[in-house]
Amino acid sequence: MLLSITKNIHEWLFSLMPENIASIVEMTIIAVIYLTGFAVAGLFLVLMERRIAAWFQLRRGPNRVGFHGILQTIADALKLVSKELTGTIKADKFLYNLAPYFVIITALLALAVFPFTKDFQAFDINIGILFLIAISSIGVIGILLAGWSSNNKFSLIGAMRSGVQTISYELSVSLSLLTIVLMTGTLQLSEIVEVQKNGWLIVQGHVPAVIAFMIYMIAGTAETNRTPFDLVEAESELGAGFHTEYSGMKFAYFFLAEFINMFIIASIATTVFFGAWLSPFGITESIPLLGIFWFLAKTFVIVFLMMWFRWSFPRLRIDQILTLEWKYLLPINLVNLVVMAIVVWLGLTIQF
Amino acid sequence: MAWLNNSILEDMGYFSDIYQGIKSLLTGMSITGKYFLNFRKGSITQQYPENRETLKMFERFRGEVIMPHDENNEHRCTGCQACEIACPNGTIEIIWDRQLDEESGKKKKMIDKHIYRLGMCTMCGLCIEACPTDAIKWGQNFENSVYDRKYLDRILNKPGSKLMKGVEDKE
Repeated sequence: MLLSITKNIHEWLFSLMPENIASIVEMTIIAVIYLTGFAVAGLFLVLMERRIAAWFQLRRGPNRVGFHGILQTIADALKLVSKELTGTIKADKFLYNLAPYFVIITALLALAVFPFTKDFQAFDINIGILFLIAISSIGVIGILLAGWSSNNKFSLIGAMRSGVQTISYELSVSLSLLTIVLMTGTLQLSEIVEVQKNGWLIVQGHVPAVIAFMIYMIAGTAETNRTPFDLVEAESELGAGFHTEYSGMKFAYFFLAEFINMFIIASIATTVFFGAWLSPFGITESIPLLGIFWFLAKTFVIVFLMMWFRWSFPRLRIDQILTLEWKYLLPINLVNLVVMAIVVWLGLTIQF
Repeated sequence: MAWLNNSILEDMGYFSDIYQGIKSLLTGMSITGKYFLNFRKGSITQQYPENRETLKMFERFRGEVIMPHDENNEHRCTGCQACEIACPNGTIEIIWDRQLDEESGKKKKMIDKHIYRLGMCTMCGLCIEACPTDAIKWGQNFENSVYDRKYLDRILNKPGSKLMKGVEDKE
């Protein structure tokens, strides 16, 4: 149904105006839809994080604004919009103002390639996973710029830590995804979903795929700078880290981007390991619209897992983070890659 | 052969580290997971203004210093000023004079006003420990917001109250 609507709009637009203008209008409409989804998802994730954090800590969480606190984050966002944008005198003004947009645009770019359901994918590029890996490491430029241009020692330390951490863990994310690509033989996300019609890749690849998933979750949490790896904004050491000097909407951009990055990491895991929009056990396969539900359900389970990490584990020291990556995750990952290659070569994958 | 054994042990140490690490992480997650599942039963915080009627502070809570009076408007304060001396920051001030005791017909030291300045009190509890007759106690009230600082200065003995009989005899 949804698909026929989009097709109708597409045809109507192209009949109405010349081809170039029609495609630009179409792109704009899609961008607006994604931006709306982006804002709603961000606000929802912040609320979810706060409620889940409260439940883990045996508190009640926000429950005043709206029914059971549903409107809390909207109220927070309105407050942030109305706030003054402050800045330091000695800040590098151009970079200082540019940094939040780097962070938020990379987060938006990554959203475009996910197959939310059959045919509901803004940009089905044939190097999808490579694109995602590349985009996710651009986000760190925004953080580095923010830390550098703020002209604040705390910000700079936070930004540099972020740089170290992201560059290190980028490797593990890429290698663990590469392990899965060995099975699919393609980088295109829609093709990867096709392959999973014979069983989710985490089931197909059994042991090496589970190891890859575990490594991916650890490295992905580090990529998003979330709590066991939140040296970037370690409150007890650095104030607010790289966004110490930001206020109002610019701070909100960083904040939203952080949560959207978590959603992106979870979405990649859903797409690559858990069959994206494919329903479990093949039920309701005939209704593609339900794919959005399945995709979001799987994603939020993984997001919940990341929140569970956050409220369970203490923060790592910088040397511990690097030890974990270079001495443990990377060697395990390389061995795992070889194991997966052997599994695929001997045809030991589980196919339904 | 010793070096070989050591290197093997170290190699085993690497893998047992991984095993221990994963095991301890899962232990931690299971503990927080149990808390998460029981958040309704075990919720520590309370819905405060709504539960004002039923809210009962715990026994040892230090809200403010009060002086209990019985039904005859009698308190237990002899005016010995032990609390005033014990107070480290001059929160308590006792104004007393010598009045005629009705029973014995002699002049006796009695309190006129027991002034307690809540705004200066650090809730250290030294006055309550110092009191020989248990005249002052911890109150449970914690809603102390007022519009002017002067309302925080309180006179603990009620107007017209007098000393309870038999308090002084104990000593």
